[in-house]
Amino acid sequence: MKIFVLVKQVPDTETSIKPGDKAINESGVKWIISPYDEFAIEEGIRIREKSGGEVVAVSLGPDRVVEALRTAYAMGVDRAIHVKVDDYITFDSTYTSELLANLIKAENADLVIGGRQSIDTDSSQVVIQIAERLNIPHVAMALKLEFDGTKVTATREIEGGTEVVETTAPLAITAQKGLNEPRYPSLKGIMSAKKKPVDVKKPEELGATPSKLEVVSLEPPPPRIAGRKLEAGDAAGFASQLVKALREEAKVI
Amino acid sequence: MADVLVVSELKDGELKKISKELTSAARKIADASGGKVHTVVISDNADKYAADLKAVGADTIIGVNLGDFNPEGYANGIASIIQEKKPGVVLIPHSSQGKDYSARVAIKVNAGIVADAVGLSIDGGKVVAKKPIYSGKAYANFKINSEIQIFTVRANSQEVTLKDGAGVVEKSGAGAGEVRLKSISKDLSGGNKVQLADASIIVSGGRGIKGPENWPMLQDLADTLGAALGASRATVDAGWISHSHQVGQTGKTVSPNCYIACGISGAIQHLAGMGSSKYIVAINKDGDAPIFKVATYGVVADLFEVVPALTSEFKKVLG
Repeated sequence: MKIFVLVKQVPDTETSIKPGDKAINESGVKWIISPYDEFAIEEGIRIREKSGGEVVAVSLGPDRVVEALRTAYAMGVDRAIHVKVDDYITFDSTYTSELLANLIKAENADLVIGGRQSIDTDSSQVVIQIAERLNIPHVAMALKLEFDGTKVTATREIEGGTEVVETTAPLAITAQKGLNEPRYPSLKGIMSAKKKPVDVKKPEELGATPSKLEVVSLEPPPPRIAGRKLEAGDAAGFASQLVKALREEAKVI
Repeated sequence: MADVLVVSELKDGELKKISKELTSAARKIADASGGKVHTVVISDNADKYAADLKAVGADTIIGVNLGDFNPEGYANGIASIIQEKKPGVVLIPHSSQGKDYSARVAIKVNAGIVADAVGLSIDGGKVVAKKPIYSGKAYANFKINSEIQIFTVRANSQEVTLKDGAGVVEKSGAGAGEVRLKSISKDLSGGNKVQLADASIIVSGGRGIKGPENWPMLQDLADTLGAALGASRATVDAGWISHSHQVGQTGKTVSPNCYIACGISGAIQHLAGMGSSKYIVAINKDGDAPIFKVATYGVVADLFEVVPALTSEFKKVLG
């Protein structure tokens, strides 16, 4: 089976973000692989370990994303492709999905796995858009995957619970927390990842229609309603103050 | 600008609140541009919902039977209604279902899409969508430059406003078409009585509740308020409750009117999931816990005393 795992590099949640006019100021930002994409990489490797084939990691972005591909190599993928875009609107899902779908189409992948969302834009769009562009089924929010030839049985999270679904490969999957426990790269893996080749593809080689999205502006988060600590002598006092505040001041209950 | 089309969502045969929120938002966009509001109801009994949707601005209520939820089936049906009605703007709930089919719809109708919008305004005849990015540490404003513009919108982010539309009921002949994903079974036993993503009030517990035996105390408060029960990552990782309750970066992103955090310290990953709540109540013994930095009302006290007192006080005033 030929497995493509989609890896997005995102700022670490703990890193501080300074919004500029149209993009964030990247200086001082610590970059990580979006956590859900780690589940995708792990699942790809596990499927290959069980039934053979090849796992290809793809990351789209400027040169810094090669670091994410090295981590994917260290975890155990077989090949890495960097779709190199520099002046890239990181928020534009249809542009991203078109470049990646064109790349994957040319490679005849049996399985495309990505995270259920990236933690920078939280859009949950790219993987399913790729499925639509490739005219293949998808399973979103996967918690468990089983292959029997080309037949696929998956458990996925739905509103209020879980669902078991069936479909056939080729297909796309979005990984939810719980699908697996991503491995830590071994020291040997990290060392050998440094020497492995990363293919570079340019947007003009893959072809995509121009971006449909326009960033009007970025801004800091809106200020929160000023908070205060309530003062009371006992639990009943806190309770009555809180009920009063929520009903008369906030008017939310 | 052309018409605005809303895809509504039902739960147990009733309109979800977001259906009215999005129809209200669509009315404002349509009024600014002279277009009509079409609200799609995925049901073969659209008449049942017509009065409610007319009251929040729907000019047409389009009933369509697409069968049980299937992301491909919904995408096929909704895309063909879009191709027929040719709206300029499409609003879809950023719900579990909306996330599952909206991406396919965008590609099918060659639209640009902004997902998880929390603000919709109009500038120069175009919708500007605001959304939190980088875990809510910044907000971005977007316009879409394609004939059809799709926005998926977060629950509780738009107000419901009463303004009558024409309220004409239509039936669409669109169908689910061919689908390749087959549902075998569903297990809804571990879930919430009230869905987290739609809830206007959430009562949430963290490590401070000490053990799973104390959920009933929070559930009692939640039931009193008609609230959903949320949980921090620590409690889910400890096996105290199922992951479907988890709020935060690796759980659900919620924007209720009121979020009551009990024994939650407020790690940045948790704040990423609930920081856009309108009012936040924090009950925690540790007055230095980071949750107090975002709390509208902070209670530095023992939650085991305050939560039952709060429940009984609410029971008194709410009857």
